[in-house]
Amino acid sequence: MEWHRRHVLGLSDFRPEEMEFVIDTARSMEEVLTRDIKKVPALRGKTVVNLFFEASTRTRTSFEMAGKRLSADVVNFSSGTSSVAKGETLLDTARNIEAMKPNILVVRHSASGAALFLSRHVSCSIINAGDGANEHPSQGLLDLYTILKAKGKIAGLKIAIVGDILHSRVVRSDLHSLGRMGAKLWLCGPAPLVPREMERTGAVVTGDIREAVRGADVIIMLRIQLERQKTAYFPSLREYSRMYGLNREVFSLAKDDAVIMHPGPINRGVELSDELADCERSLVLRQVESGVAVRMALLYLLAGGSHVAH
Amino acid sequence: MIDPASRRDEIGHLVLEDGKVREFLAGEAPARFDGQVISAEGMWVVPGLIDMHVHLRDPGYEWKEDIVSGTRAAAAGGFTSVACMANTNPVDDSPEVVRYIMGKARREGFANVFPVAAVTRGLEGKEMADFSELADAGAVAFSDDGKPVENPLLFRRAMEYVRPFGYRMLSHAEDHVLAGGGAAHEGWTARRLGIPGIPSAAEEVAIARDILIARQVGGKLHIQHISTKMGVDLLRMARRAGLDVTGETAPHYFTLTDAALEGYDTNAKMNPPLRGEDDRMAILEGIQDGTIDAIACDHAPHESYVKKCEFATAANGIVGLQTSLPLSLSLLAGGKVDPARLVDLLSAGPARILGLRGKGTLADGADADVTIVDPEVEWEFGPGEVLSKSKNSPFLGWKMRGRAAATICGGRVRHSTLDGVSPDA
Repeated sequence: MEWHRRHVLGLSDFRPEEMEFVIDTARSMEEVLTRDIKKVPALRGKTVVNLFFEASTRTRTSFEMAGKRLSADVVNFSSGTSSVAKGETLLDTARNIEAMKPNILVVRHSASGAALFLSRHVSCSIINAGDGANEHPSQGLLDLYTILKAKGKIAGLKIAIVGDILHSRVVRSDLHSLGRMGAKLWLCGPAPLVPREMERTGAVVTGDIREAVRGADVIIMLRIQLERQKTAYFPSLREYSRMYGLNREVFSLAKDDAVIMHPGPINRGVELSDELADCERSLVLRQVESGVAVRMALLYLLAGGSHVAH
Repeated sequence: MIDPASRRDEIGHLVLEDGKVREFLAGEAPARFDGQVISAEGMWVVPGLIDMHVHLRDPGYEWKEDIVSGTRAAAAGGFTSVACMANTNPVDDSPEVVRYIMGKARREGFANVFPVAAVTRGLEGKEMADFSELADAGAVAFSDDGKPVENPLLFRRAMEYVRPFGYRMLSHAEDHVLAGGGAAHEGWTARRLGIPGIPSAAEEVAIARDILIARQVGGKLHIQHISTKMGVDLLRMARRAGLDVTGETAPHYFTLTDAALEGYDTNAKMNPPLRGEDDRMAILEGIQDGTIDAIACDHAPHESYVKKCEFATAANGIVGLQTSLPLSLSLLAGGKVDPARLVDLLSAGPARILGLRGKGTLADGADADVTIVDPEVEWEFGPGEVLSKSKNSPFLGWKMRGRAAATICGGRVRHSTLDGVSPDA
């Protein structure tokens, strides 16, 4: 397959074979990560700018690591240290960075559609590292890759996603990546955080975590985004944890070989009990590993690579 | 000649003299006539169109629009009168601002401008404005458009206070708290795109509140830019209850749905937001059955950089004065709305609602405000056509059918595409 994309803004228009191509590329990248010297010269002379307008540690670090493993020059820009605080528009900020001739901008922004918007006005490649509640495509792909590694397939799996569906860009990307590969998706959480309209995606929507988890192959727990709770969507964390937290008892309803995932950071004891977070069936750290490989693959493909240099 | 106010729809001619309609006569014009003759064969001659909901941004935001550019766009769109909202800087809550607007419009404008003054000082929702002083200066109605009066007791007192004077309250019906900081209609499109939603109920709760307050204390109420099905139903119910409640909608609410947000198009962002297809159909029904009294475009000019940005932070509103008539003409297709009803919605209706004497009719003695409509001409609304200072429209590039061939305001030709007829200096 040939790669023609200039940007990765979301998975909504990704065909299954494109996702498979990224995953194949990520596999080669993961091999690099097993070597003693975990670095290849594939992106030497290329510049990647992490343009983060919203706080993020792990995604930014993951992209930075991915760029450096490929020998790209990686520059981090975050809004706390920038002119954004001085009232500069998003477009002006991006154009100023663009004038410094980077090859790829990795953009994280609190507004849905921000990455698409920038892609229309700058000439370099853009990777969406999360825009508002819209998409987080590299997360959607790394979740796909992680499940493939654990289960060997996607089609036919029952995958439950539990938590704040309303504000989650991870869900909107997972619906495309996992949904398009044939998984049966269940979305669960307190009703104000699980819009009924999400049934239009083909997913099953439920307010009952037991129903969602029963017979599931994969359970993806979402972070309750306390920072987004300007008005209360549910009574209390105690109530949330009782109704929508994953604990040993609820987890026992899943398939015997079911696995637990979480995009992090975890609120221990809220959405995920302490013991489950660290149990052998938790793939949380595998997701982080897959993340670097998938992001290496995306950077590599956007920078013009079509096969992996060994 | 179509004049719903005098129930006339016929071939005829109109004699204008000294800024007034001298005579509206049936049949062919006399062979000899001293004065300028404008032939409008094959076209409609209608009372000058009135848009009762525009933002001219003057004083205070003249880089977006001013009274001259805004009224020039109005004239080109077929409008001889506009009613402008109070969210200027300073806010139109004092007679000085009312007089400034009217004076500038009279001296330099291309259309009549009727100020709608604020209900509360500074649009702050705390103290009532000085209604009688504002009305004496020329304000035709009151509205805190965009920042509706949140306190129901204050709104009740204002409605009650102005009732004896016959002023109408125009309500931008929105419960801000329930709107929850949303940026698009709460529906599938917003969910899919991850945009925080504005529920229909945020508008409907406020419409219901205002209607119930009007029922309690009496007075004249007008609901601005109705966008939802239940909003139309509530207005219909108020009317059946015998209340003096009127309502307007905007062309975008019967032309577009939230599907227009695809790709995060900030030119499809306004408040109230574009709703769903059920709502659009209900608005059409309300137009057909007479529930909705007026079409007003909520002309809201914005400079490019407040629209050329991420969706959530983009400004609300679109320019509409030049597209309102052609989009309204599209209602004729299917025959459910006839030309007389359309003219009522765009001229006689708003004149009735605002109590504008001499406007909205071609009857003898009316003001010489006349629009000549070519209902068939096909044209494209390209960026070069835009006469506003701002070009924020989701209709840019649309193929339109019908437009104002000439606009005559107070007996002066202010816009013309007719051969041999040029605008008066």
